[in-house]
Parts: sequence; structure tokens; C-alpha cells
Amino acid sequence: MADVVLKGIRKSFGATEVLHGIDLEVKDGEFVVFVGPSGCGKSTLLRIIAGLEKITAGELFIGGRFVNDVPPAERKIAMVFQSYALYPHMSVYRNMAFGLKFAKLGKVEVDRRVRHAAEILGLTPLLDRKPAELSGGQRQRVAIGRAIVREPSVFLFDEPLSNLDAALRINTRVEIAKLHRELSATTIYVTHDQIEAMTLANKIVVMNQGRVEQVGSPLDLYHRPANLFVAGFIGSPQMNFIAAKVEATHSGLVILSVVDGNEVALPSPTLPLTLQETVTLGIRPEHMTEGCDGALKFEGEVEAAEHLGEATLVYLRLANGTRLIVRAPDDTEAAPGARFKASAPDRSIHLFATDGSALTRARQESRRPA
Amino acid sequence: MLGGCPQAAPPVNRHRAARAAVHAALILYTLLAIGPILLVLMNSFKARRAIFGDPLAPPTTETFSLVGYNSVLSKADFTLYFVNSVTVTIVSLGAVLLSGAMAAWALTEYRFRGNAIIALYMAIGIMVPIRLGSVSILKFMVDLGLVNTLTALVLVYTAMGLPLAILILGEFMQQIPRDLRDAARCDGVSEYRIFWSVILPLIRPAVATVAVFTMVPIWNDLWFPLILAPGRDTQTVTLGVQQFIGQYVTDWNAVLASLSLAIAPILVLYVLFSRSLVRGLTAGAVK
Repeated sequence: MADVVLKGIRKSFGATEVLHGIDLEVKDGEFVVFVGPSGCGKSTLLRIIAGLEKITAGELFIGGRFVNDVPPAERKIAMVFQSYALYPHMSVYRNMAFGLKFAKLGKVEVDRRVRHAAEILGLTPLLDRKPAELSGGQRQRVAIGRAIVREPSVFLFDEPLSNLDAALRINTRVEIAKLHRELSATTIYVTHDQIEAMTLANKIVVMNQGRVEQVGSPLDLYHRPANLFVAGFIGSPQMNFIAAKVEATHSGLVILSVVDGNEVALPSPTLPLTLQETVTLGIRPEHMTEGCDGALKFEGEVEAAEHLGEATLVYLRLANGTRLIVRAPDDTEAAPGARFKASAPDRSIHLFATDGSALTRARQESRRPA
Repeated sequence: MLGGCPQAAPPVNRHRAARAAVHAALILYTLLAIGPILLVLMNSFKARRAIFGDPLAPPTTETFSLVGYNSVLSKADFTLYFVNSVTVTIVSLGAVLLSGAMAAWALTEYRFRGNAIIALYMAIGIMVPIRLGSVSILKFMVDLGLVNTLTALVLVYTAMGLPLAILILGEFMQQIPRDLRDAARCDGVSEYRIFWSVILPLIRPAVATVAVFTMVPIWNDLWFPLILAPGRDTQTVTLGVQQFIGQYVTDWNAVLASLSLAIAPILVLYVLFSRSLVRGLTAGAVK
């Protein structure tokens, strides 16, 4: 068991810097998910923790030990790769036992560990097969088994579910969560899928362009995104963003003019706003409702409606061209071309400054979803 | 993972003529390639008169004769030539495959100063025929005191085979997913172990391909044995055969018999490697 601490980690490939100083603390036993769009540096960061990439600058500690120049094998980590990376010419058994052969464990212990891992993962009947004779899900389990037998302090997963089909992905996701509960080893998991991040993580690290945008629990990120990027990345469908202008501030309220000359009064953020400053309002589609009950009202034309079964996604186009998505009940009638009214309660409205950072409002800390 | 998928058969009707043409061309080529070998084999079992009387006829009970083989095998020297050839070929082959694979691995896997220069240097070795350097090679071997030794031949053949071996093996190594090596590194497998237990087994077809391409020219070479090791004790089969070819009289029975004997080992090795060879040649073509 071990914690992982990153201090000012930078990584350059040639002249291009891909990680711009990452500070992060992963506590012992935690399940941390790195999430972000492709090319944001999350896989590189994982490979740095694994020891597969050299650190350009900064310090890395695993279990309190300074490991910048320690080879992967001595870091007590095990990594599961997106491509599974099974040795094609070895049986399932040998795939799992291969790394242990060099750990001076003795045949009996190796055999015990392999059989135990196979038992946990339901691989016992497949031990003599070659990887080519396995399905995608089975290969993934062998890859996980190969990590388990090493009994590592830290598990590293690099997009382990990306190559599986949708149904299998959900099953394996649940299995990984269960495995983490049973082994309670520190786990770092990289994905671009925010559902995986939300469901698996104790702590999510949202990354973008080589920087950490926000670190927090899944619900933290959902309810209190630190900036426009996190707000847009977490949640599906994406949060609606609407431009607004500060018209007046007085007695703890800020008056904003939104599209169509619509005005809304919101409790003032903790930071002062200047008059005529442009801000961005953020409202999640699931917090908007049909009708005019909320503090902020919109009227627009329905561009499309998607019936998901449990809900209907209504795509609206406002008079000034702004597009909104409303997650409405499944029985909502919204034919393309029709007029549609939607509104949002003020407690569901996020406020972002011109530079994209979130403006916390006095009442926001206690806010709960509608 | 390196095996190619067979292509789906095209619709029979439309392509029947095209396929017939392809087969005809292939059969013609096969005959052209096999013809001379068959001719040598057939005639080596015939009496001298029959060789000249009807060279294209297979041996019959009347014309059958082992006189050629008798005269070749009765000369003790021939066994020596044979052993020389086998020694030179096997040792050179081993050296080319081992150092070629290791060099290819180093050049493809590790980034170090001069990496590109060395790779380029090796590529030049493919383009420039080694025989152009015969004079300096001979001078060099004289200086080293290696003339008339098998070592001289092994050294030259290793140098001759390395560039192509490195190119082909390196190409195959690049196709092995990076994750596989990384997984092995995380598993605590040493770099040497990764090379021996992960990389080499996966490029076996390529190794077989390189083996055949390296082996055949060495076995058949006449040039370097002639200039570097023409001594009695170091002659190879191809050189040894020459003693039956005189300025005025040529013992054709003996020449054909020794040629047939010289073909045999290479044929056996080829058959052994051929399955892997075909896989090696087509691998990577379909992906």
C-alpha cells in the first residue's frame, strides 16, 4: 500500500512541453481517475508514474520514496494497458507468471498467486489458452490478472475499457470497482470517458492541455466546477453556456442581462463584478424545465428532439442564435420547428468570469441539484 | 499476430481467365526455376555417354550410373570441402542473425547519439556491393594473417549479411506494439530478457526469412573462397568443384554429382525454413 505524490512534474518531448507542472497527491487506497480529452497529457502522466517516461522536471514519490530514477519494476506498480499487451506466444498462465519468474518467488508461490488471481477473475478454465483464442473481455481480465499477481502497491490502468463493446464495458467497470474494494490498493485510472470517471473514482483529476483543471470528488466536480472547461467536460449532455452582461449590482444581488433582453437577478458572487462585464451563465440540461417557473426564462425554436426513453432531449435555438439543450420528461411534446419555453431555477445557475473561472456565490455551497 | 489473412476468393466466373493466366505464368516460372536443378540432378545419375547423348532424358536402367558420385566421394578432399562450406555457412549465419537481431533491437528501441548515423551506415551497406572492396579486404586479411583461414570467410560473410538482416529485423521489431515492451518492463523483465523471451519469439518468421536470404549467397559464393581461402585445407564446395573442370577435359560426372551434393543441404534447410519464410514475406502486408 502506498500513496503517490507528484510535485511540479513537467514533461517535454523535444521542444514541446506536454505537462506544465503537475502537483497532485493520491492517498493510500484511493481510486483516482485522470480524465480529459485526448492529447491532454493524462496517459503521459500515468506513464511517468509507471516509470516508462522520464521526468523532465519535478519530483515523484511512491510510498514516501523518491522514485524519479527508479525503474518501473522496482516501483511496486502494475499497469494494465489499453491494448492489453499480452504476450501473444505465451499461454494465459505463462502471461501471468512471466513477470514473477524474475521476482525470485519460488515456483510454489508463483503458482499459488496465478491460480488465486485466475480464481478471482474466472480465468481458471482458460489458463492453457493463448491470447489469440480469447475474447476481448477475457483478454482484458488476463491483463488485469497479470497486474494482480504482482501484488503491487499501486495499480495503474491506461484506458482499460476502450477496446471493449458497450455491454462488456459496463460489466468490467463494475468488476474493477469490486476488485478495488477487495484489494484496496491505490489505483490510478486514465480514461476519456466521464461516466467511467464518475462511477469509479473517489477523486477525479480533470486535465486539459497538460494542466490539471480541477481535482475533486465526482459530485464536487459536477456541482462545483472550477471553470468553464470542467463544467463543459463533466456531465452529459454538456452544460449550456449563455453569454450575459452585468447590468447592476446592489444589496447582495447582481442583475444580469441575458439574451433577448431577458434579465435575471442572482445572489452576488464572492468576488466583485464590474458593470458591463461579460460573464457566462452555465446551466445543465437536466436542471432546466419546460415552462416559465424558474428565475431565468428562455423561449426558442425546437431544432430537434431526441427521445431517450426515460427522457427527451430538446435542442433549442434562441432568437440570437444561442443553442440550448433541455433534458425534459419523456412525455414532453416538442416537434421540430415548434416554439418551446424553458426555464431554470437560480440555484442551478453557474456563473463564470471572462477568463473562464467559476464565480462562487454565497449560497452556492449548500446548493443541491433540482 | 504476424500471420497474414488469406484474401477472399474473387467471384469465379469473372476471374477465371485472369486466374488461369496467373497460374500459367507461375507454372512457367516454376519450370524455369526448377528445370536446371532437375537437369543437374538427373544427369548426375547418368553415364558420361548418356549425358551428352540425350541430356534431357531421365536416367534409365541402361544409362544409370553412380560413377560421378564414386569419383567425388572417393576423393577424401570432398568431405573436407563440404565440412568447410557447412562450417562457414553455419557460423556466419549464426553471427549475422545474433548480432543482426541485437543491432536491430538497439537501433529501433533505444534512442542514443549516433543512432541515425549508424542506421544510415548500415543502409549504405545494402546498396554498395561488398565485392567492390575485394582488394582492400584481401590486403586487410593479409595484414591480419587470416588468408587461407575459414575465419576470413566468416568475417566477410558476416559483414555482407548484416545490413540486410538489420533492416528486415528492425522493420519487424518496429511492428511489435510498444505496450508489449512496456508491459514487460513493468513486470520487472530485464532488457536482455525482453529481447530473448518477448521480441525474438515474435519475430521468428522474420528471422527465418533473413536466415534463408543470408545462407544461400554464402553457400553458393565462389568469389571470396577463391581470393581469400584457396588453400587445400580451406576450400569450400563451390571451389572444390572447380578441380573437376579442366582446361581440356572436364569430368562432367563428377561436376554434376558434386553440384547435386552441394544443393542437398541448402534444399533441406530451405524446406525447414520455408513455412516461416512465407509467413515472414507476407506478414505486415495485410493489416
